Amino acid sequence: VSPSERKASPKVDGGTDSQDVAADLGVDHQVIVGAVKSLQALGEVISAEQKSSRHWELTGEGREIAEQGSHEARVFNAIPDEGLPQNQLMKMPSGKVGFSKAMSNKWIRLDKAHEGGPRVFKTVEAIEDTVRDKLQLVQKGQSAKLEDKEKNELKKRKLLSEVTVKSYWITKGSSFSTTITKQETELTPEMIASGSWKEKKFKPYNFEAMGVAPDCGHLHPLMKVRTQFRQIFLEMGFTEMPTNNFIESSFWNFDSLFQPQQHPARDQHDTFFISDPALAHEFPQDYLERVKKVHSEGGYGSQGYKYDWKIEEAQKNLLRTHTTAVSARMLYKLAQQEKFTPVKYFSIDRVFRNETLDATHLAEFHQIEGVVADYGLTLGNLMGILHQFFTKLGITKLRFKPAYNPYTEPSMEVFSYHEGLKKWVEVGNSGVFRPEMLLPMGLPEGVSVIAWGLSLERYVDTHT
Amino acid sequence: MYLNNKMLFSIHILADEEFDELCFEFGLELDEITSEKEILIREQGGEKAEGASDVVLYKIDVPANRYDLLCLEGLVRGLQVFKEKLEAPRYKRVSPADGGEPQRLVITEETASVRPHAVAAVLRNITFTQERYESFIELQEKLHQNICRKRTLVAIGTHDLDTISGPFTYTAKPPGEIRFKPLSQSREYTAAELMSLYKTDSHLRHYLHIIENEPLYPIIYDSNGIVLSMPPIINGDHSKISLNTKNIFIECTATDLTKAKITLDMVVTMFSVYCDEPFTVEEAEVVYPDGRLSVYPELAYRTETLSGDFINKRVGINESAESIAQLLTRMCLRSEVSGEGDLIQVEIPPTRADVIHACDIMEDAAIAYGFNNIVRSTPRTYTVANQLPVNKLTELLRQDLTAAGFTEALTFALCSEEDIADKLRKNITETRAVHISNPKTADFQVARTSLLPGLLKTIAANRKMPLPLKLFEISDVVLKDETKDVGARNNRRLCAVYYNKSPGFEVIHGLLDRVMQLLDVKPGRNQGYHIQASYLKIYFNDSTFFPGRCAEIFSCGKSIGHLGVLHPDVISRFELTMPCSAIDIDIEPFL
Repeated sequence: VSPSERKASPKVDGGTDSQDVAADLGVDHQVIVGAVKSLQALGEVISAEQKSSRHWELTGEGREIAEQGSHEARVFNAIPDEGLPQNQLMKMPSGKVGFSKAMSNKWIRLDKAHEGGPRVFKTVEAIEDTVRDKLQLVQKGQSAKLEDKEKNELKKRKLLSEVTVKSYWITKGSSFSTTITKQETELTPEMIASGSWKEKKFKPYNFEAMGVAPDCGHLHPLMKVRTQFRQIFLEMGFTEMPTNNFIESSFWNFDSLFQPQQHPARDQHDTFFISDPALAHEFPQDYLERVKKVHSEGGYGSQGYKYDWKIEEAQKNLLRTHTTAVSARMLYKLAQQEKFTPVKYFSIDRVFRNETLDATHLAEFHQIEGVVADYGLTLGNLMGILHQFFTKLGITKLRFKPAYNPYTEPSMEVFSYHEGLKKWVEVGNSGVFRPEMLLPMGLPEGVSVIAWGLSLERYVDTHT
Repeated sequence: MYLNNKMLFSIHILADEEFDELCFEFGLELDEITSEKEILIREQGGEKAEGASDVVLYKIDVPANRYDLLCLEGLVRGLQVFKEKLEAPRYKRVSPADGGEPQRLVITEETASVRPHAVAAVLRNITFTQERYESFIELQEKLHQNICRKRTLVAIGTHDLDTISGPFTYTAKPPGEIRFKPLSQSREYTAAELMSLYKTDSHLRHYLHIIENEPLYPIIYDSNGIVLSMPPIINGDHSKISLNTKNIFIECTATDLTKAKITLDMVVTMFSVYCDEPFTVEEAEVVYPDGRLSVYPELAYRTETLSGDFINKRVGINESAESIAQLLTRMCLRSEVSGEGDLIQVEIPPTRADVIHACDIMEDAAIAYGFNNIVRSTPRTYTVANQLPVNKLTELLRQDLTAAGFTEALTFALCSEEDIADKLRKNITETRAVHISNPKTADFQVARTSLLPGLLKTIAANRKMPLPLKLFEISDVVLKDETKDVGARNNRRLCAVYYNKSPGFEVIHGLLDRVMQLLDVKPGRNQGYHIQASYLKIYFNDSTFFPGRCAEIFSCGKSIGHLGVLHPDVISRFELTMPCSAIDIDIEPFL
């Protein structure tokens, strides 16, 4: 037991205040506080309840005055009966303050006309230094004897200050003892080797504290969800499309999808166009002719859009506005195979829209896309596969709303019931690719292609 | 567009929930349920709203291709037919009732260079009310924004026929020679004056560019030289329509004839309901410069024949041809079974210009059947999944880099020229960057050519986090590449930075060693990997790094990137204060 710990042990059964202990023992209160804390760490030796109290304390200047007298008293005492030249008095440490105070107390007077310069004389025989007396009372812990007004006056003169003191109310604990054993903080290799751990007591751990963060990096949260979606597609047998081409031609991004050249999405306001390299220079020529024809004249059972289709418009390079541009390339490639084989494709990658960045708009985001091409696929199949896909995300309540999209018909918005928001929220878009898109590619007539897409960012916003 | 209770009642809907369901089923967006008062309070403040109507209004958004639902008349008609409360009307083009000559619009050859097409029609004996009149104006505005592509493709002009006399001439003249009193103005202006007058008009200024730089402006006169309109900007004041107008002359001028015909059909089919002889439209003749004469509006009905089996197979249902014909009729596509097998004759009315293929008919059958009544089934398509090799490698490396203590960042693929050039102490012409022609802000001038600026910006945004900061990203940059059809390609790169009180070259070097170990490339000069000093004068890339603190990385004899301590100027240009080292490599050689 260290001396301070012993001192902190309650002397009486009823308990005691740590402040009183410090006063009784004549040591600093902080020493007692430290002792209380180390006794607490030993378990139930003592119990200590924290409390706070306010009390008056002398400032540095206050202590000086309590010892040496007030400035005005010191000035008074320095003046001999024959007086003192004012300039000499002013050189005293208490000179300036003491002079004006002593003057206003009418203890001294100033003879300005004195030969040899202004001179200060006592006006009374003796004085009573009340300031010092009051401060000494506070020093003895008897501040209660002073009136509030007096204390505030001294506070204003910066001789007193009111402080809040945190102290402990100490009582005996359930395993109170006057002897204590030093506790070990940690188990050491030496203790294990010597077996000394058997005799030692160990400090309890603080289980309330947080642990130390492990020394590792983290994946980006959005990319973790991307991995999750990727995994779902792979589990469902979908092959990943090569979407590592942010720059796309208008031809693959729009024309091949039967999106007319005057469509608002092709406006400068919505799409980032490229100034360098401004134009794409290579297209499958006969396919391009078929695309031109289906837009301007129709065919494949379609009326077409009946407008003047321009190659210049199709050549314009842009930052792809959707990964469906890649789906179009993949389906075209599929159509060039000797014999059609069913495919399931997916991609999750960046797409771009000409937006000004704010809290609800991003100029780039990740589009998740799934595509299935096979003979005889139905709208019911699209809904069935969407149901399986979303079930893997834990979303089981789906419903479908008719929508419009230039390259799918039918088009369906996918809504899921959000258990948190208690309402139906849109989770994606889906549809069956139009024959005007598929047939010019050379896909067989009976082949249907169903597809759906959603935004990774939007999904994370509403569902995580 | 706002619907009120009266209109809901006309489609036999009483409860809000029921209407919400109907909108969902039909593919409309019920945006909100509000009132005139609420709208005024929101838009103009409480004072203006005093005394405004409390009547409940339903705000509806319509799909972009359904022009026939753009006005209340069309929307309510469509829903009434859908709910089988009304049979779809038949729209009819008629000759003038008095047996006289039809109105005629003559196009002169001067229009060829600026706006070569025009179509016209007449609505006879129409009765407007305030509501109908407002709806008529609003429909024109919506068509202008929508199918007319902000008046670039088509512009509509409607005129009080009783104030003008045909034949009308559609011509084009130099702006200085055009002079008339436009709508809502008190005096005459020349076309040139009008163009400058409308520069500050919040509405019209958006259309000026369409003809501004043309030597000749389109203009329509009546037989007395009165100006009907100067398309696509403004109509004349003389022929303006009012609540009391009985006979309306409608002209649409266009650069796209197909869209002009559709637009005209829409206006007349929607508002002929208010004519004394409902759903009839008086024809007008349009004479082309070559003497060709066409009669408008076309109001063409087209018949498509398809089989019930086609619909059943595409939708995934099993309905009789009769029942499918009934479904289609509810979508304003009057259909009947033709008697041969399960063939259905479907009549596409002039209001449904969006129906251009059998698949559009199939969709309507599915909507009328109810998307949510279709049985959901799993396709039997058997396929084997494959990962894209570069993504597979990326996924594996990302995991291992986090295990090595680095945290993944996700940064934008677009940035400013400054980010990839000046701030990295490079010249923009050396970067092979792809440039964007129309960014709205400087943040999107180029596609990134390096992942480094994004990571440094991420560090700058996280300066308050405890040091060291260790970040990485594996993603694509974009580089110009003549060998590709579009002249550019993506390149998958791995970039990592270490930011601390000391540069930590050894940390970044250690990361390279770990990555190479994972890629199964051993240290060594020939078949392995090594790094070697990179000198400023030989390799321009080095300018990003501190002189003498940069090495080029070689794997199997091929340069794959750099690592080193960043140049102090680079650090301060990204508003950072601590030393920083970085590695930037191309991972595609490891595929």
